[in-house]
Amino acid sequence: MNARRDRLIIRLPEGVTFSHTLAGPVSRVSAFMIDLCVIGLLTTLEGYATSLVNALNKDLGGALYILCYFLIYVGYGIACEYWWHGQTLGKWLLGLRVVDLSGLELRFSQVALRNLLRPVDMLPFFGLAGGVTIFFNLRNQRLGDIAGGTVVIRSIAHGRTDISALTRGRYNTLRQQTVLCARLRQKVSPELAALATEALFRRNEFDAASRLLLFYELAMHFKALADIPEADIESLSPEQLVRNVVEVLSLRISEQELPPPLRRQGSAPAPL
Amino acid sequence: VIVDLSRFLRQQHTVWESLDGELRRYETDRLFRPALEDSLRLFDLYERCVADLGHLQEASQPELTAYLSSIVARAYAQIHSHQGRRRFKPKQWLFETLPNTFRARIRPFLLALLLTAVGCGLGATLMGVDKNARQTLMPFQGLLNDPAKRVQQEENAHGKELSGVKATFSATLMANNVKVAIFALACGMTFGFGTILILLGNGIMLGAVVFDYVHAGEAQFLLGWLLPHGVVEIPAILVAGQAGLLLASALIGWHSRQRRSERLRSVAGDVTTLAAGAMAMLIWAGIVEAYVSQYHQPVLPYSVKIIFGVVELVALTVYFSRAGRKTAHSSQERFG
Repeated sequence: MNARRDRLIIRLPEGVTFSHTLAGPVSRVSAFMIDLCVIGLLTTLEGYATSLVNALNKDLGGALYILCYFLIYVGYGIACEYWWHGQTLGKWLLGLRVVDLSGLELRFSQVALRNLLRPVDMLPFFGLAGGVTIFFNLRNQRLGDIAGGTVVIRSIAHGRTDISALTRGRYNTLRQQTVLCARLRQKVSPELAALATEALFRRNEFDAASRLLLFYELAMHFKALADIPEADIESLSPEQLVRNVVEVLSLRISEQELPPPLRRQGSAPAPL
Repeated sequence: VIVDLSRFLRQQHTVWESLDGELRRYETDRLFRPALEDSLRLFDLYERCVADLGHLQEASQPELTAYLSSIVARAYAQIHSHQGRRRFKPKQWLFETLPNTFRARIRPFLLALLLTAVGCGLGATLMGVDKNARQTLMPFQGLLNDPAKRVQQEENAHGKELSGVKATFSATLMANNVKVAIFALACGMTFGFGTILILLGNGIMLGAVVFDYVHAGEAQFLLGWLLPHGVVEIPAILVAGQAGLLLASALIGWHSRQRRSERLRSVAGDVTTLAAGAMAMLIWAGIVEAYVSQYHQPVLPYSVKIIFGVVELVALTVYFSRAGRKTAHSSQERFG
């Protein structure tokens, strides 16, 4: 297992890796604030409920109120995160999730520990100890996370870029060459593909000379990277070559061929 | 290398969906116990999806890769997690897991006991040196008065001071004591310094109170007042301290070749078990403190209260030293 500051990368025994995007301190604090509001709401409701008991027996009502208040305050995070696969209401609203550091299933002890250790994360005031720990920790863990062996990740759906507007109306000569397409998909990194897509979307923001230079350099880079034969692209301008490459790299397959979670009219990819 | 992405997707996405469907069965029912053929099918689907993920990562398909990664991650968690799919059994936990865990981790408990004893000695010494130290060492208003006066007040009150608010008083005690226990545990993450300070502090307070009452000739009142709830409450704080020190030792990792995350993972279940045990003890102590400890002679003779406390202490000692010994090596119901 390996980790960078913004991602948790987990290497499977089979040699393949997958990664989670780590949640930042701002979204985590926001989720915590929402959870505090939920706890406040629950304890208010609890106050109304125990007032009924209060009418019958004031002493019992008072005891119930204190115990339930305490139970909600301590147990809310533990119960939600354990039964709701690492999410509380605040985390769900902000697309966050607690997961095991090694990618395994969350155990009760992990969830309990990370929540029971919140008081020490709040020391000396306003969560300073937890905040400082998150800042210096490579996996954005607070003390409770370190003890529980957990991290908080972003579990938002992956958006799809509609590149059809960029390529519509032109026949893509590259698509008929399956081997070349495969080579492009193999050689071009997702970052470079995203860069080229971004350049196409923002083409009108460049002046003419800069645009020509940018697409020329991108086209030459793709050509060298995938060893594109000159004969296949001799009639294409550099910008059109970049458009064709982006189209090849993007999902240009019919919606029916996609798994349902990735179809446009379907729901977002299943959360972790 | 994927030569024809469309064809690859047509062929493979049914496998991905099958794995997704299988995983939902496991995730929606935590107690689902798969048959051997179900497990083999899950593993087969997982292996095929992992292979597809490897191919997709080479094919520069971030969206599909993210989608398949999410399925593979869920399958990996299900297949490689060691926790059993069992229903929690409170009786087994109470009579086997908790005492076994306590004995297995006895060293941090002994250290917690030593720290409290040192604190007691320090508190008594400070009170002996300076009588006015009472206001510094005893944070509770009720303890600041002269012990003899307090005993007289309590005995004259006939236990009516808490009349009509006993349940509320009991709940307040439980909540406050559990907070202290959680804090003692949580402070283990300060490399144990916080836990040590809490245990020493508790010991100093206890030592000062004991010295004050014994010195004033009110030892019998003290025993009658403290023993019924104290013999459970004080060990509960020690158990919470034990959990905190256990956490600290895993964090520090002296003479250990394991990584910090592995050390912490190996103690997490035991720390949670001990914390839950301390909380259960404090619930009992809260009830006893409100309903037994606050009654004094002549309502409830000191001898009865002292005997009650001694019986509790013996029962607690037998429980922690003997209970669950037969199953000590299996320890099945740990908070995994």
